[in-house]
Amino acid sequence: MSGDHHHHHDHGHGHAHSPPQPDDKVHSYYQILSIALKELLIEKNVVTAAEVRRFIEARDSITPANGARVIARAWVDPAFRARLLEDANKAVGELGFEMTTARLVAVENTQEAHNVVVCTLCSCYPRDLLGLPPAWYKSRAYRARIVREPRAVLQEFGTELSDDVALHVHDSTADIRFLVLPRRPAGTQHMSEAELAALVTRDSMIGVTVLDQVA
Amino acid sequence: MRSPQDIGGLPEGPVDTSEHSLTFWEKQADGLRAAVGAKGLMSSHESRRAIESLGHDAMERLTYYERWTAALSRQMVDRGVLTQDEIDAKVAQVRQRLHDSGELELAPGEAEKFA
Repeated sequence: MSGDHHHHHDHGHGHAHSPPQPDDKVHSYYQILSIALKELLIEKNVVTAAEVRRFIEARDSITPANGARVIARAWVDPAFRARLLEDANKAVGELGFEMTTARLVAVENTQEAHNVVVCTLCSCYPRDLLGLPPAWYKSRAYRARIVREPRAVLQEFGTELSDDVALHVHDSTADIRFLVLPRRPAGTQHMSEAELAALVTRDSMIGVTVLDQVA
Repeated sequence: MRSPQDIGGLPEGPVDTSEHSLTFWEKQADGLRAAVGAKGLMSSHESRRAIESLGHDAMERLTYYERWTAALSRQMVDRGVLTQDEIDAKVAQVRQRLHDSGELELAPGEAEKFA
């Protein structure tokens, strides 16, 4: 469904497929506006260049692997699982992860109910735990449709839910971010916590996919 | 009437599930926004207010980080941190500098966006 888009790689609108390069040419008005704002804010001692760089590095260092550790712990430790569902900010803090801006709510997938997360208004996401949201999470199509026809959208991610599974769609806000606790795949009884964490994907923690049985 | 960001439930086409990594400038814009936020000058709520105030046209036309950048600019003016005149002057200065150094390669339609 996405093989024929974006033929032009040089238009500077944020869809370039090549990795970012500091020596990329400047292509757009908003790129220049961003540079201008940064320079003005540094000149006025509002922020420093080092601070901006630190935030970029911090952002790069947060990946879905952090969330995967939380999920794996919840699978192996029922008491932790209970604490996660009770107060997720506190529970992820036990593993050294800090949610700086918002309340985190963990929602658990079960045999009877599946959860999926969206921010219909924009792009709120548990960034402090999972990193930046994927492009599709911010897209108009996902935001508009997941609340009206979630099963059809999940099918576009290759996820088929049986009709007798209830589907809960959680709409994020600036104040509340959601983390889906996926079901532990069958065939993983023998696995260590670290091995389990390696199975957990970003998309399963957003709820657009479920984790495959391990052979 | 719906405000421009309020699109939940509207009809749309298929979801493009492919991955896009951020460009260098988008990462810079994200870091700048975070640094300003850490100073207490732009909360998530203020960011949302600023983005929503850009209007329907901007919501349709601008990319994600273009909206963030436009919103940051507006927020800095509304907060009294910067003036619009300062921003316009700095934009002109940066444009000239990039032009002189050969780093500027404006895409079609971009030149018209400058004040």
